[in-house]
Amino acid sequence: MLSKSQARTFFLGGTAVTFLIFLGLSWNSLSNEVPKQTHPENLTPQVIAGKQLWEANNCMGCHTILGEGAYYAPELTKVVERRGEGYIKAVLMSKEPWQPRGRKMVAYGFSDEQAMQLIEFLKWIGNTDLNGFPPKPDYQQSTQNTTK
Amino acid sequence: MRYKSQKVAYWFFALSMLLLTLQIVYGFVMGFDRIGWQGLHDYIPFNTARAVHTNLLVMWLLSGFMGAAYYIIPEESEHELVNVKLAYIQLIAFALVGVAAIVGYHFNYWEGRKFLEIPRPLDWLVVVDVLTFLGLILATIYAGKKKTTTSLVLAMGLLFAALLYLPGMIWFDNQTMDSFFRWWVVHLWVEGVWELIMGGILAFLLIKITGVDREVIEKWLYVIVGLTFISGILGTGHHYYYIGVGKIWLIVGGIFSALEPLAFLGMALFAVAMYRKGEKKHPNKIALSWTLGTAIVSFVGAGLLGMAHTLPQVNMYTHGTLVTAMHGHLAFWGAYAMIVLAIISYAMPNLTGRKLYDSNRGVLAFWLSNIGMLGMTVAFGVAGVAQVYLERKVGLEFGVVQQEIEVHFVILLICATMFATGICLYLYEFIKYGTPNDEALQLN
Repeated sequence: MLSKSQARTFFLGGTAVTFLIFLGLSWNSLSNEVPKQTHPENLTPQVIAGKQLWEANNCMGCHTILGEGAYYAPELTKVVERRGEGYIKAVLMSKEPWQPRGRKMVAYGFSDEQAMQLIEFLKWIGNTDLNGFPPKPDYQQSTQNTTK
Repeated sequence: MRYKSQKVAYWFFALSMLLLTLQIVYGFVMGFDRIGWQGLHDYIPFNTARAVHTNLLVMWLLSGFMGAAYYIIPEESEHELVNVKLAYIQLIAFALVGVAAIVGYHFNYWEGRKFLEIPRPLDWLVVVDVLTFLGLILATIYAGKKKTTTSLVLAMGLLFAALLYLPGMIWFDNQTMDSFFRWWVVHLWVEGVWELIMGGILAFLLIKITGVDREVIEKWLYVIVGLTFISGILGTGHHYYYIGVGKIWLIVGGIFSALEPLAFLGMALFAVAMYRKGEKKHPNKIALSWTLGTAIVSFVGAGLLGMAHTLPQVNMYTHGTLVTAMHGHLAFWGAYAMIVLAIISYAMPNLTGRKLYDSNRGVLAFWLSNIGMLGMTVAFGVAGVAQVYLERKVGLEFGVVQQEIEVHFVILLICATMFATGICLYLYEFIKYGTPNDEALQLN
């Protein structure tokens, strides 16, 4: 039967080994994968200003980005591709709460410049390689076919 | 209670209960938002309510953990807390920083990073406060006669929790890097070092309540926290599937996070086995219910429901949907809320000298809150699964899907009312116990 000191060795040894593997993998991600998949060369001052605005207003408190955040408002990683710049700009600059189907967004009333910074940030994030996320809806094709 | 300084714990528990109450209020604000009752939108928009709700959770749990440590460590080390006055200062400072952060969230003073919304200047105050707390705990263990495994595991959990707070304070221009290190805090807390804290408190409660030999309980404690780290550290990979880092994490995260339920299964089997082995003589049945409850519900909420969406093939579709909220609610409730309620239920009669533990109210509080939370989890789950199919599979627009699933939030609110009723009964009991006093000192 397992003794207490064997149990302690299991705990300390297991922790040390997995932690070292974790550090190695993290190092690999940050030094090899992030530069390839996220295009840090495109992090212009405008994109960074956009990220600051994103955080200062806690956009993640309702939306998700990279699938992370709250689930009250749409995922925004590919929003520029999906909605286009014009629509996004209108939402960001609106002085009245934007309320698609009645669900209210805070009326930020951003300036033209701030709205562009956020859009640049969203464009940059839209170009990140996310291993296939968000998935393409696979039933869409068949539903469209049957309604025709 | 065997040491006068254990009384400090009471005030941490009281703060904890106050913050829990507020957390539930903000939960209701969000629930009503979701069924279209947005009357508070101008004052408490959803993102404010959400930040307050999650941050209050973290704060009341930390306050509970600190209270637990101040109760357990003197008893385990057989030594009074080294500086009681400093412990009270630390409590007041903790409350003030917390209140400042929460108030700030209502005035756009925050950093919009999920769970780590506290602005960096306040982060430093948190660090100072937690270091003070750790200093007191570690100095007491050092000065004490005994260094038990239970107290060392608990202290180790608290120490690592403090260290892991630091990566979350670094600014990154790159959102992927930001997210990468944010999970070092959030994941390695809740699926790593917090489980050490939980394990430590659980072991203490089992030793006290079941009367099983300490050596047996502490041996299994090592096995469980070992399983926690072996699966949990590399299990961080399940947050790295789709954030802009490599595919290696799909394999590593998939395999190791699928093993994470083992630690919780171990905890559940361990608690039940110790209960059956024990003498069943301890009169505090309410504390026993919460202790066994936390071991079992954490296995269901954190273990099984986490497992349900942790494989990359599934997570591709569930990532960033209400499925996460489903798992999150039962996991935090089972693993961390219930362990805090367990230690409070155990400690209150000892701190105050009033043996009120055989009331029906306490039993009702346990069942109403648990069944209510289970109902909420099911409501989130049904809404989440429907969202996954309609939005991610069929490709309907976000807002259309949200309207479709609105009805589940009515159910959620009904279950939440039941849950809140249970918590109110628990609070009533807490208040009825009154404040701690030296007459409760038992020199046995």
